[in-house]
Amino acid sequence: MNILSLFVVVPLLMLLVLFLCKSAKQVRTVMVAGASMLLGLAAVLTVMFLHERAVSDAAMLFFADTTWYDSLNIHYTVGVDGISVLMIGLSAIIVFTGVFSSWNMSREYFMWYCLLTIGVFGFFISLDLFTMFMFYEVALIPMYLLIGVWGTGKKEYSAMKLTLMLMAGSAFLLTGILGIYFLSGHTTMNMVELIDKHIPLMHQYWIFPVTFIGFGVLGALFPFHTWSPDGHASAPTAVSMLHAGVLMKLGGYGCFRVAICLMPEAAQELSWIFLILTGISVVYGAFSAVVQTDLKYINAYSSVSHCGLVLFAILMLNQTAMTGAVLQMLSHGLMTALFFALIGLIYSRTHTRDIREMGGLMKIMPFASVCYVIAGLASLGLPGLSGFVAEMTVFVGSFQHQDMFHRVLVIIAACSIVITAVYILRTIGKVLYGAIVNENHFNLTDATWYEKVSAVGLILCILVIGVYPSAVTNLIVGTLQPLMAYLK
Amino acid sequence: MDFSNFLLMNQEAGLMLVFLILLVYDIFASGKVWLQLTACLLFAVHTAAGFLFPSVGTAFGGMYVSTEMTVLMKNIMNIGTLIVLMQSGAWLRSEENSQKQGEFYVITFATLLGMYLMISAGNFLLLYIGMEISALPLACLAAYNKHREKSAEAGAKYILISVLASGVMMFGISYLYGAMGTLYFTDMTPLVSMSPMTIMGLVFFFAGIAFKVSIVPFHLWTADVYEGAPTGITAYLSVVSKAAAAFVLMFALWHVFGAIVYIWHWILWALAVATIVIGNLFAIRQTDIKRFFAYSSISQAGYILLGIMSGTADGMASTVYFVLVYLFSNLAVFGVIAAVENASGRTDIAAYDGFFKTNPRLTFVMMIAVFSLGGIPPFAGFFSKFFIFAAAASEGEYLLVFIALVNTVISLYYYLLIIKAMFINQPSEQPITTIRTDSYNKLSLLLCSVCVLFVGLFSNIYDYIHGMSTGM
Repeated sequence: MNILSLFVVVPLLMLLVLFLCKSAKQVRTVMVAGASMLLGLAAVLTVMFLHERAVSDAAMLFFADTTWYDSLNIHYTVGVDGISVLMIGLSAIIVFTGVFSSWNMSREYFMWYCLLTIGVFGFFISLDLFTMFMFYEVALIPMYLLIGVWGTGKKEYSAMKLTLMLMAGSAFLLTGILGIYFLSGHTTMNMVELIDKHIPLMHQYWIFPVTFIGFGVLGALFPFHTWSPDGHASAPTAVSMLHAGVLMKLGGYGCFRVAICLMPEAAQELSWIFLILTGISVVYGAFSAVVQTDLKYINAYSSVSHCGLVLFAILMLNQTAMTGAVLQMLSHGLMTALFFALIGLIYSRTHTRDIREMGGLMKIMPFASVCYVIAGLASLGLPGLSGFVAEMTVFVGSFQHQDMFHRVLVIIAACSIVITAVYILRTIGKVLYGAIVNENHFNLTDATWYEKVSAVGLILCILVIGVYPSAVTNLIVGTLQPLMAYLK
Repeated sequence: MDFSNFLLMNQEAGLMLVFLILLVYDIFASGKVWLQLTACLLFAVHTAAGFLFPSVGTAFGGMYVSTEMTVLMKNIMNIGTLIVLMQSGAWLRSEENSQKQGEFYVITFATLLGMYLMISAGNFLLLYIGMEISALPLACLAAYNKHREKSAEAGAKYILISVLASGVMMFGISYLYGAMGTLYFTDMTPLVSMSPMTIMGLVFFFAGIAFKVSIVPFHLWTADVYEGAPTGITAYLSVVSKAAAAFVLMFALWHVFGAIVYIWHWILWALAVATIVIGNLFAIRQTDIKRFFAYSSISQAGYILLGIMSGTADGMASTVYFVLVYLFSNLAVFGVIAAVENASGRTDIAAYDGFFKTNPRLTFVMMIAVFSLGGIPPFAGFFSKFFIFAAAASEGEYLLVFIALVNTVISLYYYLLIIKAMFINQPSEQPITTIRTDSYNKLSLLLCSVCVLFVGLFSNIYDYIHGMSTGM
């Protein structure tokens, strides 16, 4: 079996084994074993990829193709390039840490969690638009029950809003995919083949916006981002981690893989509309985060801002900005997962997420607080942490455009860094330092061992990217060069 | 007259045989203990025989046509009927009905025979006769719980609407005869023209069939009849009867009116949008689960129109495939509803609050069925919807596909309300206790669940249907 298919098979097996589990201990064993296996697989894949790439110049490695629906020419096609390898690695890390962050959850919860995992990995390995879309929807539906049953706050409303908005996005997407399928003139769904086929320009003009919006909804494109704050705030910890950390990356990844790579001319022509929208996402998300009082809402709006930056960079259509976009996806995925893990930790003890009702937590739970500070610093772009590398690359790449329009937009978007500093420092100052507001908080305990595993794992990754970004850029440079040459 | 013509009708003959055996059994057997088993077994054999011994050809000078496709359609309807038979046992054995169990099977088979004739018709007269054969017994079935007001009302409504529909249809057929001087499909095909009389005939014929498929604006009877009829019958009406009418509509439009496709193309376009939208919007407001699924089935009929509209081999394959998947999903839903109704007598949606806590298995069946109806992967409904959309898109109908897709989101909203009731809502004051369904129903639900899970993943089934499909 192809190593890539294992990423779908392992969570599927986990799901089936969970049916047999009786006790909470068995459930945890299965989940930890499965998630470790996925993490190991991702590591093996990265090593094999580097090895393979040295000897092969194929666009997609580990390529495998099986005919599925013969009469419609639908295939199960898998393959990876540098970007997908990184995304698979990110997903594996977050799935792994997510298991530790939802240590005490029930069996049913983990079943849906496994289904979500199947969808996420399946999406990143697919090269056929049909299977890609299928896995995309597989990843959406478990969210409804994960949030609706195990969430907090106005969970039913948020779950419904999130599911329906994302499904509406997929309505756009499917129309676009059918358009690509029939109008490219070669009834095929294989993206590697489609990239060489020219879709007539008049059709590109409608397929590009439709697919970009379709994926953009998931990537928190303004004004379709409103599901994100409510959804993330209501979701249980690990689901917020996975959703903000990985699922929102599906949006950015899809925008690039499908909308831009398959319709390059329309992307050049129409990018200005979406640049304005993503620019609004970046600044508006940051401003919204400043006025929130709920820790999760602050982080959710911060996600809107950071994910907006991913789409912003992708639309710049040059190699540096694109490298920055990939770095930003990784960086945001890791630090937002860390944020949500810590917020979940704090909430499980204080039973409030309102920053006005908390203070001085540094004295009570130093470990968690230090981790929170690290996450915050990564978010506002402190050198040495992943956020700095990513944002730096994005803005340098974006500024390479000579014209006024792009430069003004970049300057506006860059202002978000300052605003980010405002809301991060405000939160840290209010919640972690200062006087202890609530007397009951004196007795709170610090992180348990499994919560520490989750936080330390994520911090390590953030540090690695921050200190040694070439580890990441080396992987994608070979992938991006031909693609960017082709886009030109 | 050449009696060997009858050999072609082996499915009808088989059904008649089952019909007669059961009739005799019911008259002479003292107890009814083995009735359901006998009926299910005989019918299962008949269903299997349909797959094993297909006969293809034309009989009675073109009056009766049997192709691989019609055989397959009848087989699909057989599967649906078999599942309905399995799900109806508990209801039939209840005190109210235990004296009239045998009639149920006999009447059901009579309607099925009518539907067979509709599908195999090569002449409008046979089509009409088939429709009439199925209409009257269906009304009997709807009124089966005759002492209950709602059931009696459903029967009365159904018969009145059926009579009206067949009157309208007959009127249309007479116009067609006036315009072309023949009612044989093959003779009419070259004669169809843009003449006003033909178009009038088409419209009235279409309206008559549209009643059966419950296409908006001919859908008004649907919710009342579905609500009032016994649950097993509702399942039968919503799946088998609807499937037969949809197949007939497809054959008639393609084989007879192919020359004036641009006329009915736009009729179908508008009605598909209206059917999907109105079915969806009304479903949201329902509080009774049978009415709810009545409106859901109206919107599903709209998707069938998308497949019929395209007029290609892909269109036919996707329509038949859609009906097959819809059959399994809807019957799974009605199997659960029947189990709940038999145990507690409740059909309101609120009864399902906290259903997961007491009946996790039935909840699982209901969940995958509802997700399949909503078009969520990896369940079969996702694939069938995708193929329908692909068939419509291949004809350039992107706007229509988009409207239909937006409507799947709306439909997802109300399907999720069911999921929410079962998983998230707290149980009401009188929650449904753990239900023990009879083994027939269990088997039927197992069959439906397996099919909902795997029909989409195994591509052979679609490719098999595609292999026998033909374009317009």
